[in-house]
Amino acid sequence: MPAFLLRRTLALVAVLWAVVTLTFFMIRLTPGGPFDRERKIPPSIEKELLKRYKLDGTEGRAWGVKLGANLGLNESLKDTLGNAASLGQQYFSYLGDLLRGDLRLSTKYRDRSVNEILAQTLPLSILLGGLAFFIASTVGIWLGCYAAVRRDRLGDHLAMFGALGAISVPTFVTGPLAILAFALVLPIFPVGGLNGPMSLVLPALVLAAPYVAYIARLMRTSMLEVLGQDFIRTARAKGLPEREVIYKHALKVAILPVVSFLGPLAANLLTGSIVVESIFNLPGMGGFFVNSILNRDGFLLGGVVIIYCAFLVLMNLLVDVAYTLLDKRIKLY
Amino acid sequence: MAVLTAPAAAIAAPQRLRLPPLAWTSAVILALVTLGAILVPMLLPAGDSRPSPEQFLPPGSPGHFLGTDLNGRDLLFRVFTGARISLLVGLAGALVSLFFGTAYGIIAGYKGGRVDNLMMRAVDVLYAVPRLIFILLLVYLAEAPLREWLYATFAGTKLAGLAGYTKIVILIIALGMIEWLTMARIVRGQVLALKSQQFVTAARALGQSHWKIVTRHLLPNLAGIIIVYLTLTVPAVMLDEAFLSFLGLGVDASQASWGTLLSDGAQVINPIKSYWWLLVFPAVLMSVTLLALNFLGDGLRDAFDPRQRER
Repeated sequence: MPAFLLRRTLALVAVLWAVVTLTFFMIRLTPGGPFDRERKIPPSIEKELLKRYKLDGTEGRAWGVKLGANLGLNESLKDTLGNAASLGQQYFSYLGDLLRGDLRLSTKYRDRSVNEILAQTLPLSILLGGLAFFIASTVGIWLGCYAAVRRDRLGDHLAMFGALGAISVPTFVTGPLAILAFALVLPIFPVGGLNGPMSLVLPALVLAAPYVAYIARLMRTSMLEVLGQDFIRTARAKGLPEREVIYKHALKVAILPVVSFLGPLAANLLTGSIVVESIFNLPGMGGFFVNSILNRDGFLLGGVVIIYCAFLVLMNLLVDVAYTLLDKRIKLY
Repeated sequence: MAVLTAPAAAIAAPQRLRLPPLAWTSAVILALVTLGAILVPMLLPAGDSRPSPEQFLPPGSPGHFLGTDLNGRDLLFRVFTGARISLLVGLAGALVSLFFGTAYGIIAGYKGGRVDNLMMRAVDVLYAVPRLIFILLLVYLAEAPLREWLYATFAGTKLAGLAGYTKIVILIIALGMIEWLTMARIVRGQVLALKSQQFVTAARALGQSHWKIVTRHLLPNLAGIIIVYLTLTVPAVMLDEAFLSFLGLGVDASQASWGTLLSDGAQVINPIKSYWWLLVFPAVLMSVTLLALNFLGDGLRDAFDPRQRER
């Protein structure tokens, strides 16, 4: 187990490095800079801004140009080399800051650090996502088991019809419709914004709905397969009550594919959903992923991606541990 | 989709297509929506498409069965022109994914061994990466160059109008490029099962080229499963497109898709006055279409692949 954990920690570091590197270069090489606005800003101010946000890489450029001159290259090649060296300097200084735990300043939300922005928005996203995750996993697993046990009867057909329906209707449709129905026509829940626990119920339900359906379908298929196996017949032959056969013997095996789906799902849900958060007007971090790409806000994007990947690796680790608990034959290595 | 034990002919062509009634109903609904998308915008009076700011009518108004939008355009007209764009993007995107996925899956499955292993691990990695970043990058990187190229190449000719469609073309390609993964997996599994069968061995023994074996022997046997997953990819692409349009990153506003309409509709749901029809009608039509596509796909899969049904 310790060796396993060590290996996974190393893998986490490697994944984070790869992802940070990839996002940094993609966002810096995509056309358009972080300070481009409708109105052109004077070059001197832009230079100051780039310097302030550590995106100038002047020393790197100078070094690159000098190297080019020493090698006897022509002007345009020297320029290219200078640009590359400048980018390299920016990248390594960013990595250095990351190692110190400094995610740097956001270039869009001026004067606010990425650490600060994430500290303010992440808790709400985790709360909302955690709630949705709880709903999706419990309801989905139960519904899948129910449908499998009642196979080809009315309950099964209704559950699977509903599940396909929930997959087919996107959240940006269910969200406004839910507001219309349960906040405006029947004023049970608040329309949006964050005040009190009631304001999280509707968003969590909307967020969970398609995943309830996915999990239910996955669970049903897997359960049907397991119910046809010999050890279930043995359990029934021993005279165990049906309840115990299903929920103690069959579920333990049938839940495995669902568990491996739950890992990435948790990472997805806990880092926020742009659609649900914008429809319900909740100040989470769901919108940052898209908006920071659009704003070329590389450091905010970096922070979001780091959190997402850390969650993903962590959740997959939990999935692997859960596997060994559910099936004693599986060994971690 | 692991190894199939049924003979190849049975996978390819069930003697009679036995579909559950729900799938038939779905097929009829889809035909109606498609017909509506083609005919309705042509049959409605031309004035319906033009904005007229002075009128803003609820559903049931004379001449405007579903009411009008905020700019006074007839909603029935908008919903069905939106259907044109959404269906076009869905179908074309699914075809792109079909092309990529099938080619990738056939190469991986047919080559087998280390190549297969490498190609499938790449698919696993791509599954893990958020798709949105791919689409955004592709749209950003490719749109301007393509538009300029079209302007430069067809300047002065009638085809210069094509430049107005670059966004939608790029979007179709981008969506197709992210939805091919499942198709690749399915096709690869099927090819692995097929290539060890006797008719392939026989063809090889007769000295047929790899190309001929693939096109004459493998592809016809793959047709069924490919069609099935095509029907399941169309709704996935349509959902992606609607999501992008909802974020304002999809097709241009002049070519409103269902996603654009829904995003407009969602903005006018508020406590003061709700113009519910702007949200409900596009939502219903889109949801019904997606449901029908999914049911049809599920029904076809059960018909073509009985093993899946048993489970």
